[in-house]
Amino acid sequence: MTWFLFILLSVMVIGGGLGVVTTRNVVHACLFLLFSLLAVAGLYVVLLAEFLAVVQIFIYGGAIIIVLLFAIMLTRSEEYPSISDNSQWPLAVVAGLALFSLLTATFVVNSRSFEVMHRVALTDLGRNLFTDWALPFEIASIVLLLALIGSIVIAKVERRR
Amino acid sequence: MSVSAILMMAMWLLSLFTILSLVVLSLIWIERKFLGRLQRRLGPTRTGPFGLMQPVADAVKLVLKEDMLPSWADKAIFWVAPLLVLVPSFMIWVTIPATEGLVVQNLEMGLFVIVALLILSILGILLAGWGSANKYGALGGLRAAAQLVSYEVPLVMVVVSIAILVQSMDLRIIVASQLPLATAQSILGEANQSNVAFNHIGVPLVLIFPLGLVLFLIAGLAEVGRIPFDIYFAESEIVGGPFVEYSGAHWAVFFLAEYINTFVVAALVALLFLAGWHGPLLPPLLWFLIKTYSVILVIYWIRGTFPRLRIDQLMAFGWKGMIPLSFVGVVITSVYRFYDWPNWSLSLMSLTTLAVVGYWMYFKFTRPVIKLARSYGREPGRSRSAR
Repeated sequence: MTWFLFILLSVMVIGGGLGVVTTRNVVHACLFLLFSLLAVAGLYVVLLAEFLAVVQIFIYGGAIIIVLLFAIMLTRSEEYPSISDNSQWPLAVVAGLALFSLLTATFVVNSRSFEVMHRVALTDLGRNLFTDWALPFEIASIVLLLALIGSIVIAKVERRR
Repeated sequence: MSVSAILMMAMWLLSLFTILSLVVLSLIWIERKFLGRLQRRLGPTRTGPFGLMQPVADAVKLVLKEDMLPSWADKAIFWVAPLLVLVPSFMIWVTIPATEGLVVQNLEMGLFVIVALLILSILGILLAGWGSANKYGALGGLRAAAQLVSYEVPLVMVVVSIAILVQSMDLRIIVASQLPLATAQSILGEANQSNVAFNHIGVPLVLIFPLGLVLFLIAGLAEVGRIPFDIYFAESEIVGGPFVEYSGAHWAVFFLAEYINTFVVAALVALLFLAGWHGPLLPPLLWFLIKTYSVILVIYWIRGTFPRLRIDQLMAFGWKGMIPLSFVGVVITSVYRFYDWPNWSLSLMSLTTLAVVGYWMYFKFTRPVIKLARSYGREPGRSRSAR
């Protein structure tokens, strides 16, 4: 059952990812991305990390995809198909292969079987996040704060006479 | 998972679908009748006794109408969008308990899941607006995204304050924590044998955290687009917004999702703030329905009373009013929990906040009117006979 679900979800993730890079329509690409990210949330459920799965739906489905669509709808998205050939693809291939090898190495070193995993209670997760892991948590929020302030600085109109 | 378990789940989901459809029919009837009474009309009277068959007639009419596809529309997105709205609204009901046992699947972080799914339906509205290749649709979609993203922040912050108060996001534990201690312990002892840690409050949360109820109701209304906040399908401005090109059954799907989401907000208010299905004498399910439908009536009352906000007013209200207030809510609940203050201190704090904000808003909104009235040489608030 677990393996069946895992394979199904993996096919969905990879299929969605392929859809993102092959389709010429940006909004369709966004939908494929959503599909892929929701399938990743499914993978988290299979790995007994339900909180992470809900966070995935919440942040990627509820926020990031919406902001992406918002940005696409505010720009002239019908021009994208003609300008979507860019010259950066060799760099992208290198970056993708590097990430893939890194992930494979991590997986080989740290892989565990399904039997080892156990569900972590939500209260334990919260306690750990706000005591032992408080510093990384706060650093992540500072990154978001910087992005927020940066966007305000860029978007601010100078009012000088 | 065995075959019988899967069959059982399918039965649950099928009955959930049926019950929710009936609930939506009842909501439509109540809305038309109650709104009619608010406006000194009778509401529907011709179809069946008290117009009871009116929603059925509406549904049949909608299904029989021709389903049209605009020639410029993005076909795939146009047909997927209604599903993206409807599926999350149904999925929410999987985790909402109507009584202690009457829930498809109770989750440890049920409240969080519900909010996540409630927010997911924005996506369908946005895509519907874009996919229908209509300027009104695109405008409505953008308005929807702006509105819903800004109002999900106060909604989530109220959920955070409740999680701080109760120390749990399990809806059954949240309801149990609002009961007298002995009852709560006996219920939770039956429900799960493991010792669940939660903060016992003992009274319905509305009594100690009325600020949360007000914020949750307003943010929830904005999230489902009920009337003071319906700027993204404002009929008089953008003729239906994202739904302008939809007709027949697909339009009905959006309508269905909107009513189900309204019911979700009402049920959540009943569960989180009004002690859910508990009450004297009557059976639990009846109490749940009474409380939820009372909240629904309040929502329709608001709908019948307030005019639609303008979009800049809505955003200003969201970012300058709702979001700071919801942070105040988080701060006062944290202080209350951290120093273990008595219950009345929290209710005093939140009532003070509400009173200050209410007075300030009254002052801000009435001052221009008073000025205007003075310039016409008339004192407001004095009736004609007194002059």
